[in-house]
Formats: sequence, C-alpha cells, structure tokens
Amino acid sequence: MRSTSIRRTGAGVAAVLLVGSVLAGCVESERDGKENTFVFAASAAPKTLDPFYASDGETFRVTRQIYEGLVGTEPGTVEPAPLLAESWTQSDDGLSYTFDLEDGVTFHDGTPFDAEAVCANFERWSATPEVNQTDDKAYYYGKLFRGFATGATAESAIYAGCSADDELTATITLDAPFAGFIAAMSLPAFAMQSPTALEEYQDDESASVLTTPYGTEHPTGTGPFEFASWNQGSGEVRLTPYDDYWGEAAKVDEVVVVEIDTARGRAEALRNGEIDGFDLVGPADVESLADEGFSIENRPAFNILYLAFNQAQAPFDDIRVRQAIAHAIDKEAVISASMPDGTEPADQFVPELVDGYAADVPTYEHDPELARQLLEEAGVAGTTITFNYPTNISRPYMPQPDDTFNIVRSQLEAVGLTVEPVAAEWTDYLEQVQNTPDHGIHLLGWTGDYDDPDNFLGVFFGQQSLEWGFDDPELFAEVAAPRQLTTTDEQRPLYEQVNRDVMEFLPGIPLASPVPSLAFAENVEGYEASPVQDEVWNMVEITD
Amino acid sequence: MSLPVPSATGADPIAVGPVAPEEAGVSLGRATWRRLRRTPTAWVGAVIIGLFVLVALAAPLLTPYEPASTRWAAEVSTTNVPGPSAEHWLGLDRYGADMATQLLYGARTSLLYGVVSTLIGLLAGTALGALAGGAGAVGGRVGAWVDATIMRVVDVMLAVPSLLLAVSIAAVLGKSGTAIVVAIGAAQVPVFARLLRSSMLAQAGADYVLAANALGLRRSRIVMSHLLPNSVGPTIVQATLNLATAIIEVAALSYLGLGTPEVASAEWGRMLVAAQERFDEAPRLALLPGIAIAVTALGFTLLGEALREALDPRSRR
Amino acid sequence: MLRFIARRLLLMVPVLFGLSVLLFAWVRALPGDPARALLGERASDAGVARVNEVYGFDRPVLEQYGVYVGALLRGDLGTSIQTGRPVTTSFLEYFPATLELALAALLFAVVLGVPLGYLAARHRGGLVDSVVVSGSLLGVVTPVFFLAILLKLVFASWLGWLPSGLRQDPRLDATHVTNFYVLDGMLTGEWDAAWDALVHLVLPGIALGTIPLAIIVRITRASVAEVLDEDHVRTARAKGLAAGTISRRHVLRNALLPVMTTIGLQAGLLLSGAVLTETVFSFNGIGSYLFGAITDRDYPVLQGFILFIALIYCLINLLVDVLHGVVDPRVRVS
Repeated sequence: MRSTSIRRTGAGVAAVLLVGSVLAGCVESERDGKENTFVFAASAAPKTLDPFYASDGETFRVTRQIYEGLVGTEPGTVEPAPLLAESWTQSDDGLSYTFDLEDGVTFHDGTPFDAEAVCANFERWSATPEVNQTDDKAYYYGKLFRGFATGATAESAIYAGCSADDELTATITLDAPFAGFIAAMSLPAFAMQSPTALEEYQDDESASVLTTPYGTEHPTGTGPFEFASWNQGSGEVRLTPYDDYWGEAAKVDEVVVVEIDTARGRAEALRNGEIDGFDLVGPADVESLADEGFSIENRPAFNILYLAFNQAQAPFDDIRVRQAIAHAIDKEAVISASMPDGTEPADQFVPELVDGYAADVPTYEHDPELARQLLEEAGVAGTTITFNYPTNISRPYMPQPDDTFNIVRSQLEAVGLTVEPVAAEWTDYLEQVQNTPDHGIHLLGWTGDYDDPDNFLGVFFGQQSLEWGFDDPELFAEVAAPRQLTTTDEQRPLYEQVNRDVMEFLPGIPLASPVPSLAFAENVEGYEASPVQDEVWNMVEITD
Repeated sequence: MSLPVPSATGADPIAVGPVAPEEAGVSLGRATWRRLRRTPTAWVGAVIIGLFVLVALAAPLLTPYEPASTRWAAEVSTTNVPGPSAEHWLGLDRYGADMATQLLYGARTSLLYGVVSTLIGLLAGTALGALAGGAGAVGGRVGAWVDATIMRVVDVMLAVPSLLLAVSIAAVLGKSGTAIVVAIGAAQVPVFARLLRSSMLAQAGADYVLAANALGLRRSRIVMSHLLPNSVGPTIVQATLNLATAIIEVAALSYLGLGTPEVASAEWGRMLVAAQERFDEAPRLALLPGIAIAVTALGFTLLGEALREALDPRSRR
Repeated sequence: MLRFIARRLLLMVPVLFGLSVLLFAWVRALPGDPARALLGERASDAGVARVNEVYGFDRPVLEQYGVYVGALLRGDLGTSIQTGRPVTTSFLEYFPATLELALAALLFAVVLGVPLGYLAARHRGGLVDSVVVSGSLLGVVTPVFFLAILLKLVFASWLGWLPSGLRQDPRLDATHVTNFYVLDGMLTGEWDAAWDALVHLVLPGIALGTIPLAIIVRITRASVAEVLDEDHVRTARAKGLAAGTISRRHVLRNALLPVMTTIGLQAGLLLSGAVLTETVFSFNGIGSYLFGAITDRDYPVLQGFILFIALIYCLINLLVDVLHGVVDPRVRVS
C-alpha cells in the first residue's frame, strides 16, 4: 500500500514537471535584457497617455517624458524657458505670438516637427468635439482659452487662429488679452503631438477618448523617451530612449513607472531596492530615509494649504472672530506636527514663487491672549465651531490632513473654543465644503499649474462660492481686472494689491506651503526637482 | 439555492440536533452549565471577558485623563512621538493623546460596539429566521411563500461576503460610530436568520414534534412552545462567537477609514491605523491595540466554543 | 447531477438580479458625487453639471436604471467614470492578481492545515494537540490587517528576507500573458520571474491564509476525531489492519467531506479578505481597485465588481456542493 502511494506521488510530480516543461515552450518571452533601468514609483497610474485630455499629475509625470511643449521652464523654477520654440515675440497689440521653432526635431514616428505640426495641434484643441469638452478631459484648454470653437463656450473662446509663416515659424493669434499665455504653454497638456500618429490612432470624437489606441498604445511626441508598454492591470508603464532625440540623449536604457498608492508602501519598496525613486514622501519618512542614506530632493513649494472660514455661517461672518482664530494658530507648530521638514509658513494665498506675491501683507502673529480677547469682544468666547476635514487622502499641499486637523484643533481649544469635528471621505468632503452651505472652518488648498497668480487667486476668489460663503462683488472684480492686461509686468502691482486686500478681509488663513519631497536610491544622479513638476528624466543616471 | 452558512468565525456550522435524549428530565440549561463548568477553556474565556468588561466599565477609575483628549498634541511632531514617561505610562500616541488612556477606553468602545452590533444582528436575524422557519414548519401555501421570500432576500445578502456587505452599508451611512455598529449588525442578519430557520426546520422533523403533531396540538403552538425554545442554544453560541468577529470587524472597518470623525477616538482599530505610519519609530502604538483586539476576540471565541461543545451532546466524549 | 447543477445555476439568476437592483440603489445612496470625485478640488459648478450631463447622472433615476438594466442584459457592465475603461475589461485585468493571491493563501492553508489537523486528532489531548489547537485559535482571532502589518514589519523591514509589496520586481521585465505572474513565468520559461512572483506572494499569502488555515486545522481535527471514534474504524482496528491503511481507507476519506466544504467556504471568504491584505501590501488586485472605486464613487465599477464577486462566490459554493455529491453518495440522493 505504502509503495502504491509513493508511486502515485511520484507520478503526480512527474506530471507537473511535464506540464511545466511543455508549457515553458508555449509563449515567446519578450524580454530584451535591459541593464540600466530607472524604476520610479508614482501614487497612481496615468489615466491616458494623450496629455491634452488629462489634468492630473500622475498622467503628466509620464507624458512629460514622451512629449515636449513649445515652452518649458528654467530648471528648478517656474520661469518660462525655450523648449521646442527657440524664441518668441508678442505683437504690439499683445494678441499675437510668433514662435521660432527648433530645427531638426522629429516625432517618434519620424514625422518632422514644424510650423504645420504646431498649427495642427492648436486647431485640434480648438476643434475638440462637444462630447469631450468636459472638465475631466479637455480641462486646461477649456479653462485657459476660455472655450472651444463649438458648443456652449464658443462665444467666450479666445483662440483666433494659427498660421504657419514658414517651415519653422508659427504665429498664434488670440481674440482677447491673455498675459499668462507663454507661461501656460509650458503646461504638459499643451505638449506637441504627432499629427500623423493622431490621424492614424486617435479618435477625438470618441466618448471613450481616454482609451483609444492612441492614448493607450501609440502616444507620439518629440521627447527623450518613447512608449514601450503599459500593463493596465499592474499599472506599469515602460519607456525606452528615443534614438533620434534632438536634445540630450537619455542616460538610462529604460524607464519604468510603477503604481504604489501609499507613501509608506513606496518608502518600503525603495528600502527593499525594488524601485530607484519615488514622489510624495510622507512627512514621517523624510528624516528616516535621509538617515538611512537615501537622497531626498525637495521641490520648491508651489502650493498653498489654507484654513477657510465659511462666512455664511455665524460667527465667521464677524471679522473679529476670523482675526481671533488667525491669532490662535501657531503655524510653526502646525508644520512641525503635520508637514515635512523644510516647510515654510504661508502669509498669503499665493506661494512666494508666484509673480504677484506681495512682501507686505497684513500678518497675524500667534497670540492666544489677543485671540481670547477678540473672541470676548465678539461675544462668542467658548462657542462651539464646526471643523470639517477630509480623511484617507493625501495631497501635495496637505500630506496628512488628520494630523493638521488635530494640531489646529488643539490650538483652537487652547483659546477656549469648542471644536466639533466633521470628517468625510475626500469625495463627500469636496461635495460638503464646495457644494453645500453646511460646513464651518475647513482645510483645503491648491497646487499651482504654472506661474500665474490668477491660477491661485482666481480659483479661490474669482466669484461667489459656497466654500467661502461671502458675496463681495468688489473683490471679485478686483481679482478679475488684471486679466484684461496683456503683460505680466502690468499685472504685477494689481495682484500684489489683491493679496494685501484679501489678507485684510481674511476669508481664511493661509497655513503653509508644504515642501513636496522625492526620495532616491544613493546611486541615482541627475534628477532635478521642479516646483511645477517639469521633471524630464533624460539626465537621470544610475551609477554603480 | 442553498448557500452554506458561513459561521462568523468560519468555524464549522453549528450542529443542530434535537435535545439529547439522555438528558431527559434535566433541564437543558442546567445540563449545559454543568458541562461548561468542567471545561477549562470556558474558564479562560470567561476570565478574559470578565477583565475586558471590568476595564471597560472602570476605565475612568484607572486613568486620570479623559479619552480622545489631544492635550499634548504640541509635543508630537512628524518625526517624534514621545515614549513612556512617569506622566504617560505608555507614552503618547500619534495625535498627542495618552496611550494608556486610549487603550483602556478602547475596551469600552469595543464592548459597546461589539454588543450593540451583535444585538442588532441577533434580534433582526432571529426575527426573520423565526418568521421563515415558523412559516416553513407550519407549512401551507402562505407559509411556504413567506419562507421562500425571506430566504431569497437572505440569499441575496449572503451572496456578498460579509465584510464587503458591512463596508457597503457603512459607506452609505457616512462617518460615525453608529454607522459602523449598524453596518456590522446588519451584515450579521443573514447568518442568524439562516441559522434559526434551519434549526427550527430540523426540529420540525424530530420525533417529539411528530408526537406533538399526532397528539393534535395546534401547529402554531408547536412552533412557539417547542421549535423556538429548542433552537435558542445554537443561536446563543453563534452570538458569542459573533461578538469576537464583531470586535475584529469594527477594527477592520476603522482600518478601511470608516467610523467616527474623531481622529483620536479611543477605538482600537482606529489606533492601529493611525499607528501604521509610525510603525518603525514607535511599534508599541500598533502592537498594543492589535494585541488588545486579538485577546478580546480570543476570550469570546473560547467561551463560544466551550458553550457550543457543552450544548452539543455529540461533542461530549 | 446535471439537473441539480442546472437548477442551481438557474436559481442563481434571480439572486444576482436582485443583487443588481440593490447595488444600483446602493451606489446612488452613497453620499458624495462622482463628478466631483472626477474633477477634484478645482471643480466648478458648471464643470460638474457638464460632467453629470455627459454621463447621464442628471437624468431621472428610473431612466438611469432602465439604461443600466438594458446594458446588463446585453452583458455590458458599463465603463468606469474614472478611467473610461470598460468595467469587464478592468475586472479581468485585476482579477488574476487577486485569484493568484487567494490561491496562494488557500494552498498555504490546505497544505499546512490538513496534516496539522490530522496530527492533532491522532494525538488528541497530547502536547501536539494543545499546541495545534491553541495556535489555530490565535489564527482565528488575529485581525488580518494586523497580522499583515506584523509580517511586513518582521520579515520585510527588520529581516529583509521578503519583499514588502508589489507583485513582481519591475526590473525583471517579465513578459505577461495571462496576468497570473507565476504562470506567466512558467509559460515563457522565465523561471526567475516565476520564482520572483512566488516570493512576492509569500507574505500576503500567509497573511490572508492564516484564518483559513486555523479553520481548516480545526475542522480536520474535529472530523478526523469523529471518524476515528466511529464503529467501522474500531472494527478495522480490531481486525488488526495497519494504522496507515486505516487512516487512508477509512479515516481520511470519511473525514474529508467537512474539510472540503470548509475549504470551499473559505475560498469565497478569501475574496473579501483580499481587500484588506491587498491594501497593506500595495498589491494591485480587485480589492484595492474596488476600495478605490468606493472613494471615487465610481458607480459602474462598484456595481460591476461586486456583481462579479457575488457571481464567483455563488459559483464556488455550487462547486463545493457538487464535489460534496461526488465524494458522498448520500448527498446525491437528497
């Protein structure tokens, strides 16, 4: 009996081995034995690889490697710099921009990059079919060019036309002033795409434009890397160097972007050597990773976290209460408890890097005594206030909202206020604070897209909103006024004044501009962090 | 279709049989008690539960601080959580609350959430199960229809794994302690309903019921005075075991980010999640609540198992 | 047997249909708004309204339900609001990861659980028995996510023996055909990739497999003990048959039934346990995707994925019952 069973087991093992070896021949291995691979962990997979239809950082992280725009940024700053356009000029009326293009540039499919290609891109954007004119797709174009050629927004659209003056000169004409035009051209959504590849693989009319063959398998730009593969299940995107790249050729053989959704998971993967670097390091990990010998790169902060008052709710309609709360808050302590090392407190609603930042805004020192006194004067000492905060979310401007909430609450309690916490998942939270009058003080913020104060002030105070709960047409007009001007030099003093007036009015308290950090293995060199994440990996090197 | 009952701990479905014939003359309760007393694991379970309940009730006497008070928030930074000191025996937690206080009051939360949610599941489930089982045993077209309808609803609920069901319900109810309790309670309903129904139907075929039938007793009377009481045992066992699962599931839902809006709430699952990001520097923040959950669940499981064995004569060997 | 299977499959239809109705109602009862989830903090009211219009969320609920059921009858579960990808495609992309994890967990539980349970039963009351029984109790009462965190801390962070997350080392550049990474490695002959995928399954597999392991141990022990006490085994022993023969012929075969039922049940529960495990180990399976969809209020994904999970859960239960019938003729009769 025993021997039978051994025979049976033996037969089973043999069968498995046999099946295994038969199977082993059945599918071709697609490996190509790349040696020098740069593996980077992002917090989410890209949504599509056609950047025109994207507006999220994780999509742009990948498309920045594949595509380039007419305008880039000076390394490490938000200043516009030449990229595919060598130079540009603005017409006297301020409405036309002429770009001189870089010579000898080709798209990954061999199509030459020239003035025709530039115009093809602009025409494509303007002609976006109505079905895709939504903020989840063509957000940046709709927002910055104030509308499309067709549909409900056609009236307000400012794009007038594009002309190819010669092979390497293109002129864009607008219907209305847009001082931020050049800076906006550095947005990854406005990267140049191959007209031939678009023609062949993209279907702009499709309702599922994000998942067309172009957006998932054939993205074609002029950048240092070209598309290799995208595994939808694991969220892994692979890119290889583009051999005919016009600029500095990539130094690694391959780039892999993997998806790890938690900061902690990314840190662990780096420690285990499975990745070479990652973005959005958790505040608690910055110091320990640095101690262990990993290199930490800090981006200059281009974001703002604020504590907002809902003035539709008493007692926040009383300026004394708002001032009292401003004096109650110790920003340094908030930073130490919930933000990465190196974060600076904020004193206005735009970060320091933005053109239009005012050096002399009204400030509110940490002074609990004064806070108590003001609350007393307003007759609300010891009152209960509602404090909304989001859970299970981490944004670059708000790495750990629950910690931020916790420390701010303890400071408010220290001046005698009673705090009633209301937490919600991110989605419900946005609905609550942006779409209902039913909230008190709350945490929210913004990460800038490009160097334009309107990108902050216009977003917050451009019109009446349920989030802030006040109606001040004068302020709304003041915020909108600079947009009628054609240059940033003219705009600057106006925006500085807006910043001063806003801090006087005190609709909320800017808390800080948290430093977004990246972490890398010791042998990674050449990664340059950018405040607007304009980070292209051709200079990245893996040393031994 | 008949889906097997996933008993809460996943242990074997409770054996359902008529009252042991050899126990005739001795009341079911007393016989069970006698057997229970002789089981050492029952004692261990009872002691753990006793301690747990004691801590839960006496928490205010055991610590000088308030629960969920983040008075010391300023002492905690992103890189440092103060460890044990004379003032704080177990140190502070990530939010600057006293760790020992949080743990002690956590027992209170767990007890409250566990008991209330199991009660919800028990009451609603047995009501449904009794209705279905009673109707099924009484028979007739209406009886069969009632039985079938109820059981189809139960089948639909059972088609979704229970944790997923609880998550779904809690997600709708929003962020509050009540939401968690209701969700976990509701997720237990189908288990209790099935259990009671099948146990009643099994009894319906037992000899003594057939005898009662033959004697001409009214069917509804048989249901009320024979079937129901004799099905109580397995239900009690299941409830005890479910208390263990409920305590673990409360923690799991907190872990998934559902639950009270209070960040520093004295709730073991919540404490465990919060500690995760600080695991390397302060492992105690995660280990202590984790162990507390496991030990408490162990207490209820031991008692529940012992109770099951005491109730089921087949296991007495 | 075939009639039995056909009847059960038929009965599944109303259950799943009922579930689809409940799911439709459920996602719409969730607080929050998918359009806002899609647009984030920059959402303008006009933008939200436009998205709702395009996706049809502004239409009467009954009309939306009609569209949903109509599509469902054609086998179309819709497309994700977040990614624009068909729900069915996404499920098929993510499911292999979860299934691979669940199988690893189940393998761990069965391979270890059945012998341990048998051993404990044979030495009832002895030291082995006590150790096995108390160990299995600990397994049942330790929350999955706590165990997962502990395992990761000890074996990944402190000892560095095993990876802490992901499914495979991205550097291996493995070829993926079926998305079952271990199988893919074997199919393509990339044995290092198969091995690496296997290594990545160890910690999450143990974390997920511990509760099933504990339960299988207990059931095996109980049912083997019961059979050992039965008359025919005693008779066999009295007849002087070798212990080994008795175990195989009489004990294991008869004790197998409840064990198999349990394994089947656990297989279903593993699917929901996977949600927690995948979260801890950054494992891209249906669990973590589904949880993300709750946060994003991605209605079609929520409806479709849960329906799929329920279908699989029901099918596993059916399979268990069928196997039951194969092993135990008595079941077939009833």
